[in-house]
Amino acid sequence: MTTRPTPSPPTNADTPTAQQREAATTIFERSVEGRRAGTVPPAGVPEPPLAELIPAELLRAEGPALPEVSEPEIVRHYNRLSRRNFDLDTGPYPLGSCTMKHNPRLNEKVAALPGHARLHPAQDPKRAQGALELMWRLERALSEICGLPHVSLQPSAGSHGELAGLLLTRAYHADRGDERTKVLTPDTAHGTNPATVTMAGYEVVKVATDERGGVDVDDLRSKTDESVACLMLTNPNTLGLFDPNVAEITSTVRAAGGTLYYDGANLQAIMGYSRPGDMGFDIVHVNLHKSFSQPHGGGGPGAGPIAVSERIAPFLPRPRIVRAEGSNGARPRFELDHDQPKSIGRLRGFQGNFGVFVRSYAYIASLGGDGLRDASETAVLNSNYLLARMRSGRAGERLPLAFDRRPLHEFVLSGAPAKRELGVRTLDIAKRLLDYGFHPPTIYFPLLVDEALMVEPTETETRESLDDLAAAFDEILAEAERDPQILRDAPYTTPVRRLDEAAASRRPVIRQPLDR
Amino acid sequence: MSRYTSATDADVREMLATIGVASIEELFEVIPEGLRLGRALDLPPGQAEQAVYAELRDLAARNVSAEDEISFLGAGMYDHYVPAIVDAITQRSEFLTPYTPYQPEVSQGGLQVMFEFQTAISELTGLPVANASLYEGPSSVASAAYLALGVAKGRRKLVASRGLHPHSRATLETYARGFGAEVVEVGLAGGVTDAGAVVGALDDEVAAVFVQNPNFLGAVEDLEALASAAHEAGALCVASVDAPTLGVLRPPGECGVDVAVGEGQPLGNRLDFGGPSFGFFAATEEHLRRMPGRIAGETTDADGRRGFVLALQTREQHIRRERATHNICTSQALNALAGTIYLAWLGRRGIVELGELLVRRTAYARERLAGVEGVELLHDAPVAREFAVRLDAPVREVVDRVSEEGIAAGYPLARDYPEYEDGLLVAITERRSREDIDRLADALARAIAAASAPGDELFSDSENKASRTAEATR
Repeated sequence: MTTRPTPSPPTNADTPTAQQREAATTIFERSVEGRRAGTVPPAGVPEPPLAELIPAELLRAEGPALPEVSEPEIVRHYNRLSRRNFDLDTGPYPLGSCTMKHNPRLNEKVAALPGHARLHPAQDPKRAQGALELMWRLERALSEICGLPHVSLQPSAGSHGELAGLLLTRAYHADRGDERTKVLTPDTAHGTNPATVTMAGYEVVKVATDERGGVDVDDLRSKTDESVACLMLTNPNTLGLFDPNVAEITSTVRAAGGTLYYDGANLQAIMGYSRPGDMGFDIVHVNLHKSFSQPHGGGGPGAGPIAVSERIAPFLPRPRIVRAEGSNGARPRFELDHDQPKSIGRLRGFQGNFGVFVRSYAYIASLGGDGLRDASETAVLNSNYLLARMRSGRAGERLPLAFDRRPLHEFVLSGAPAKRELGVRTLDIAKRLLDYGFHPPTIYFPLLVDEALMVEPTETETRESLDDLAAAFDEILAEAERDPQILRDAPYTTPVRRLDEAAASRRPVIRQPLDR
Repeated sequence: MSRYTSATDADVREMLATIGVASIEELFEVIPEGLRLGRALDLPPGQAEQAVYAELRDLAARNVSAEDEISFLGAGMYDHYVPAIVDAITQRSEFLTPYTPYQPEVSQGGLQVMFEFQTAISELTGLPVANASLYEGPSSVASAAYLALGVAKGRRKLVASRGLHPHSRATLETYARGFGAEVVEVGLAGGVTDAGAVVGALDDEVAAVFVQNPNFLGAVEDLEALASAAHEAGALCVASVDAPTLGVLRPPGECGVDVAVGEGQPLGNRLDFGGPSFGFFAATEEHLRRMPGRIAGETTDADGRRGFVLALQTREQHIRRERATHNICTSQALNALAGTIYLAWLGRRGIVELGELLVRRTAYARERLAGVEGVELLHDAPVAREFAVRLDAPVREVVDRVSEEGIAAGYPLARDYPEYEDGLLVAITERRSREDIDRLADALARAIAAASAPGDELFSDSENKASRTAEATR
């Protein structure tokens, strides 16, 4: 097995880099009175004083102090800023739970076609047939992947899909005259789950994790009764582990009359292998920006479509896309159906994040069913390979698996031994990885793992980059054995060094003060 | 090996040996047998890049976009010009492909953009604190309700003007069921929110009053009067505002509005059939710690350099969990970047000039259309970028006929406002010239005349359509 030699990065910051010497300057601080970039065309119509058209008391006395900068300055400013980011196109980004897979440029190209990009959302459906057909086909594909018959693309992100799911649950129970108050969430759940429960007007009931990293079924049984509206579950869970008891879990909650919500954050692991609908779930959200290759954009945009069972379908958000067969060999026609009397209503404006749908549709069309399955297989292979490589080095002792079972697409390590034996925290290891040119894994999540590191390499990393990552972990642990201070003071090579996050919250400065 | 993966057969063999299993299937044995699909997904086979491009190109060609026609569609999203630098910068890998800045040392670009964005939104709205974006407009309105209900403990009513975007009202209704709140709607009088009805609806149960400026029918509201009515009853005032006209319209912060939200699409974002865009959210200082979503803040690094981090994270779901101020995680960072670049491109003078142009062209268009036989104004309140008319002919039919001339006449009001079954909402941007407006007026005149003529049934087949188009454009 070959590992390319990695020259060790600096272990101090005695010689600041060019980027470190460059002081952060905002676009507002670059403003010089009289400069401008864009021009507004002449009105070409009569130009009376504005106060003749709108009463003066409704007009603004002084315009907003936006920056005054030329176009070349804007380009240079944002190009410079861009270089102060680490990005997936530049290096490995094994950020657990976020599925940082390659973002094909084809998807950007087709999303930018004017027929998509300049299509007005209020265009009459008969003049937006291509868009509606694309959405309908994406709905069908997600339905097949999730194993549930009906889909709404409307939610804008995973958290929005979760809210949709609990509002659907509320509508479903209300329709049956059933008042329920509680939602079960495992203690390994993403924070969005409990936050959503509260927003949907339910009470969170936490379910414990057993010694094997799955739902503690006894605890679940003891908490499941007629007051439970829903169970929200991520499977494989945030430990990267497939819950072996999932069928028993879903049937327990179903027997008590609750709905079953599948958080699709980790659908990536099982595409073409196993389907949430077949596990007994009623409602699934799919993070198109995870499993279906959406650029993460520095924190969005995404989309969180939901797939649901028959019993939930009448309550889906409005409008829904419907397809009518064309007569005499004509194309089928697609319509937006606003007339859904039991619907929970709208979750947002118009039809959802269509530009995101185009990209994910292109991704699914590129891979096909077999390719999706291959993506999951390779993601699981890469994850297990990286784990094996790491375990054969220092990480085996210092960063053991939190739960020693075979993971799927990601795995969670505990930095507790490293902290205890070497005096370095997970945070220190993460910061040192930055000097080695890797984005660190997700850290300090899930909460039940002490000093957690959650590693998700994805299928689009090469074996060589996994070898390099394993080698970097090993070398960092060697550094910690030699001199833990190297890690505690890291990073040394990034545009800025460790930042005082507490100060930013104690005395928040959240906008540029302007000297008018 | 499929698209975008790189493991060769030899790689797979060696990787499996390193793991210590015989096959990939063995890795999946953790999934109980009965839960394995056991068949291939029923999806079309994967295609080569060229074929996928061709398929998507063909789908796109079946849409009539603002590239293909002169569009007066608005109703919340507008065909403003997107400067070339927006695409060039947002398509840079360094902005396109990272995620949320969890590691600030290698995310200073994105964090500083958020800080600049917050500053620009704060300037536009005249409110001191803004977050780094929410999903889009209507759900931002609903998010403001969550804040208001948290502030006004025990108050469970939300008063919403009928001038608020129908999608915002619908979204508010949907969310309110989760919040355990009731939405009370107040009507319009003379095109604007009926101030008397607002006062009548206010009592000590009301947490907030929701208005929009300009409202859905295009009318400019008196935000100050509405905000002070809300405050009088101990409620907050939430205004959904149109960003491009904030260069000339009095900003919500100067009118006493407590929370200003809005749809960010008009700021450098594509129409994209409705998304992705971004929502903005600004408020008075006292609500800072109840704000939803990410907020970037300034700080220093270990060597004293200026830097930026995610601030006040204890509000957020990943820390506060069930007691978080909102459930939002992934938001719209890239779209907010587009908005930030757009606002820098437009600049301090451009934002005012754009607002002035919109107001003047809208005034021209309104007068021009009002002069057309069979068209009358739906209201005569002042307007800024959009206005509503009534047609003396079936609106759908008129819109279809005008569309045959390559013009999208506007947004029919009937579905959202049954009381304005004859209503049409017409939007103006800087891309709609005086000549475009004149063409619309002439086309409307012809269409109304034709639709009113007895015995002339609406064409249905495409040949007939083509001949009419040829006739009309001669």
